[in-house]
Amino acid sequence: MKIRVDAGKCQGHARCYALVPELFSVDDYGQSSVVGDGTVPAELEERARLAIANCPEYAIEELAD
Amino acid sequence: MARRTAPVSDWSQDFDVLDAGYIADPFTFWDQLRQTCPIAHSNRRGSNWLPTRYEDVTAMAHDIEHFSSVEVAVIPFDGEEPEEPLLPYGLPPISVDPPIHTWTRRLLLPWFSHRRVEGYEAMTRDLCRGLIDSFVETGHADAAENYSQQIPVRVIAHILGVTADLSDTFTGWVRDILEFGDDKERNMAAMEGLFTYFVAEIAKRRESPGSDLLSELLQTEVDGAAIEESVVLGMAALVLIAGVDTTWSAIGSSLWHLATHEDDRKRLVAEPELMPLAVEELLRAYSPVTMARLVTSDIEFKGCPMKTGDKLLMNFPAANRDPDVFEDPDRVVLDRQHNRHVAFGSGIHRCAGSNLARMELRVALEEWLERIPEFRLVEGAELTWAGGQVRGPRVLPVVFP
Repeated sequence: MKIRVDAGKCQGHARCYALVPELFSVDDYGQSSVVGDGTVPAELEERARLAIANCPEYAIEELAD
Repeated sequence: MARRTAPVSDWSQDFDVLDAGYIADPFTFWDQLRQTCPIAHSNRRGSNWLPTRYEDVTAMAHDIEHFSSVEVAVIPFDGEEPEEPLLPYGLPPISVDPPIHTWTRRLLLPWFSHRRVEGYEAMTRDLCRGLIDSFVETGHADAAENYSQQIPVRVIAHILGVTADLSDTFTGWVRDILEFGDDKERNMAAMEGLFTYFVAEIAKRRESPGSDLLSELLQTEVDGAAIEESVVLGMAALVLIAGVDTTWSAIGSSLWHLATHEDDRKRLVAEPELMPLAVEELLRAYSPVTMARLVTSDIEFKGCPMKTGDKLLMNFPAANRDPDVFEDPDRVVLDRQHNRHVAFGSGIHRCAGSNLARMELRVALEEWLERIPEFRLVEGAELTWAGGQVRGPRVLPVVFP
């Protein structure tokens, strides 16, 4: 599984970071981004989906393989 | 907030956000409107539109081309607006559109980043403990006035670098502006008091700058020039006005919920690890804030003929109860997994203080439940709720063993 944050959509709600800090980082302006290249370790896949489902801006997407 | 308003006969064409029944329980009104007329209209206090569906509220929030933020007050003055506004840009960035919005917001955001907010947590916790110390032995308290209301105002004073001794004065100003905003005299007097205060504080910091938000704004240059004083003043006023009543209302509503829902209270005491999800769920179910937008050109939106100068009441609280987005939306599920709530708004005006508000709500509930795990409403007590721009309990008497 691989994910990305659409910087144009992210408005800094920081819900992803609160849910899965292992996968996301947030800068001082609230802008969220994926850690590394966005590859999600198998054990974090369920929580990655939770982050996707809680983003109020629909800014996180799962990339096709 | 008891006001005498003419009774509403048809909520789809004549809604009244200050109706006492609506303020006490807006949820049933929204449910009905969502099914019959999802974007209601009213000519009370100007021509206003009230969306109730998640999809519509978020679409409006993102359409900054047609819906401007230059007028965000839900309850306008009763009477003529003053000819010259006190501040040319109001309270940036909340009251402006890009481009001013963009740079003023960038100046504020770092003060409310995750990192900074972590640094405010210890003082917030001490503050909550001190407040609880003052009433815990008596076995009763007004959870709104003695607790919720006292927390955010002091944290904000700390961030702005002003004395917390004036907390009651700050609270009074904020209530007069937001809660009683239609009373022109009260609103204007509060604005003037607040501005006079900050003008003096700004003068002090020009003499001897500190490390607070006000001092930093005064030393910041944008495009090679210092920021106009009226903008600094507006930003300082915004931090106070937006950071006090809102969070205090969220803390109060959450305590009201726990005082009236024994199962949830017991569950949260038994499973404190649920707190982060519970905070999001309580924010969803009892979202305090509604903001307005000004229609900038005639537009038909979902069949509604909107005219230039009309206002939209951005009903984020109703969006968060939309059954199309939230399963069983009127039930609080402390560990709700799918919760795409917009309690902090949506789009470019997402609440700049959302990290701070979350931390304050979490810490306030953690400290309360730690010391007062069992509590309930005083039997027969009369509760008072504020509504309009910000909904939350103003009188909340509880007892505990």
